Amino acid sequence: MRFQIERRVEPSSFMRFAAPVYATFSTLVVGSIMFALLGHNPADTLFAFFITPLMTINGISEWLLKASPLILIGCGLAIGFRANVWNIGAEGQLVIGAVCASGVGLFYPDPESALLLPLMVIAGMAGGMAWAAIPAFLRARMNTNEILVTLMMTYIATLLLSLLVHGPWRDPDGYNYPQTALLPDAALFELFDPMYRLNTSIFITIVAVFAMWFFTERSFFGYKMSVGGAAPLAARYAGFKQSGSIWMGLLISGGVAGIAGMAEAAGPLGQLSAQISPGYGFAAIIVAFIGRLHAVGIVLGGLLLSLLYLGGEAVQLSLGLPSALTSIFQGMLLFFLLASDFLIFYRFTPFPKPIKSGVT
Amino acid sequence: MDLFIAIFTGTIIAATPLIFAALGELVVEKSGVLNLGIEGMMLVGAAVGVWVSYAGLPMPLAIMSAAAAGALASLLFGVLALTFLTNQYAAGLSLAIFGTGVSAFIGKGFGSAPLDALIPLEIPFLTEIPVIGPLFFNYDPLVYFSFIMFGLISWFLYKTKAGLVVRTIGESPESSHAIGYPVIKIRYLAVMFGGAMAGLGGAYLSLAYTPLWVENMTAGKGWISLALVVFAAWRPARVLFGAWLFGSMTIFQLQGQALGISLPSEVLSSLPYIATIVVLVIISRNWQFLALNFPTSLAKPFRPAE
Repeated sequence: MRFQIERRVEPSSFMRFAAPVYATFSTLVVGSIMFALLGHNPADTLFAFFITPLMTINGISEWLLKASPLILIGCGLAIGFRANVWNIGAEGQLVIGAVCASGVGLFYPDPESALLLPLMVIAGMAGGMAWAAIPAFLRARMNTNEILVTLMMTYIATLLLSLLVHGPWRDPDGYNYPQTALLPDAALFELFDPMYRLNTSIFITIVAVFAMWFFTERSFFGYKMSVGGAAPLAARYAGFKQSGSIWMGLLISGGVAGIAGMAEAAGPLGQLSAQISPGYGFAAIIVAFIGRLHAVGIVLGGLLLSLLYLGGEAVQLSLGLPSALTSIFQGMLLFFLLASDFLIFYRFTPFPKPIKSGVT
Repeated sequence: MDLFIAIFTGTIIAATPLIFAALGELVVEKSGVLNLGIEGMMLVGAAVGVWVSYAGLPMPLAIMSAAAAGALASLLFGVLALTFLTNQYAAGLSLAIFGTGVSAFIGKGFGSAPLDALIPLEIPFLTEIPVIGPLFFNYDPLVYFSFIMFGLISWFLYKTKAGLVVRTIGESPESSHAIGYPVIKIRYLAVMFGGAMAGLGGAYLSLAYTPLWVENMTAGKGWISLALVVFAAWRPARVLFGAWLFGSMTIFQLQGQALGISLPSEVLSSLPYIATIVVLVIISRNWQFLALNFPTSLAKPFRPAE
């Protein structure tokens, strides 16, 4: 039987939710084939990749710890993406947030002050916002493509971080490692349990998810931004200014990325180092897409991508597979998701039988 | 004089991967498709080139494999963007992420064993001329090849009928389809050509410029190539000038000491990125100038009517 592709009369809302499931499933299938080609039993490897890491309390703690920045940044990015504002440089904003927050943590005159941690959150957010404000200004005023500018700013941010931790901020007692001194205790988020690394910064993420839901689903400005993204001409006709969306989309996503960077330095790392993030800013782009730019979806997407990080580390340790598998899985997931999206607007139908002559 | 020669040749060499990648992307964009995945395709090309070279196969084969790998990688984008009508920004981004992962995967076991690098060509008589020889006739074959490709692409786009068809499709896929041109097929070919060129650019980095495999060795050159196409306002000759401009920026890293600059290396390394932003700002302000050669249907999904 032959099939033809037919445009659906209306986009399928079922497929809108089924597509991420299809994508995950396809990724697992292709992943199994890949494992088999590498000479590993696919079932065992998938188990080691996706299940074993979650079988201990420490595993769960690490899972949530890594999901937190992904979800936080994903929420911010989704607000921009809804308005067709493409902030691809969350990684750079994360780095600058971490740098600014660590600067406060290291040099604030009273290292035991209860104000220290809140000040660092503000510094991290301000840093991320400032870094995102440059592409926002250039896009809103100078019509400069924000994709390229945010990316270039990411490379510059990474170099700035490297300059600081190799130079003026390097810990004099740190055996020449590119990292700063440890942050004082008052500059760190409290742990839930001293045995595990999960810390209270996760509450920031939870608040952000609710705020994001409210902003996109219930606020007028969020509505204006979505209209601007989905139907630019309608938005213009209604008098919604595009520059407002650009500023809002970039500043929000930059701010939360900055907080995420701050939470890395003031959380699991406890200091500023050259390797502040394993690519959370880029992975969060996938989180936002997998989550359909919706708050609930982003939470699920963040948990999935976090599991990919854990799984990559786990099979590297247990089976000696390269950790690059994580980014391959990330890329594949996004590929299959985008391909599955086709099914929202199109469907496969059996090819119609040729009509007998005479019937016109 | 020696310093001048070092700066001049250094600029030409640093510009070569950008010329390959940006000229390829120019053809893709002229056909109305925006592939943001250059960074990923360059990395795949770079890794595959080294892989084939380590396997002991001759250099031309390594270079061709890199180009083929780039074209193959571009197909992933092509299927998403052209067949599944995905948002081209998202499709390109996923190729960039995927390509980075795949290249890291391929290059995992390479270590830093010495590599048979592509060496400068000795041209009888010409290379020996003082000053002129080292300035113009002391490059590896791929540098000359990049100039040949520049000539071929300029000729193809503006002097042949096929080139006109590509540009027409970039302007109005609907009309081209109505006239009877296979829009999707031609766009696929353009995307694959762009992929092959990005693969060549990557191979140049890993086989001639560095020459070594380092994870993420493109360091944004794919993205800079994208900016170059905008900077060039979609004209091949301006791609060349733009690439030299960016090439000259990287010279400060290599020749900073000789030039008497005592800034930290990070500051010098950030120059190409800062220059990219500055150049984009200057060029984007003048929308009318850009619009002259802008492919009207760029990044808009097209599906022929049934």
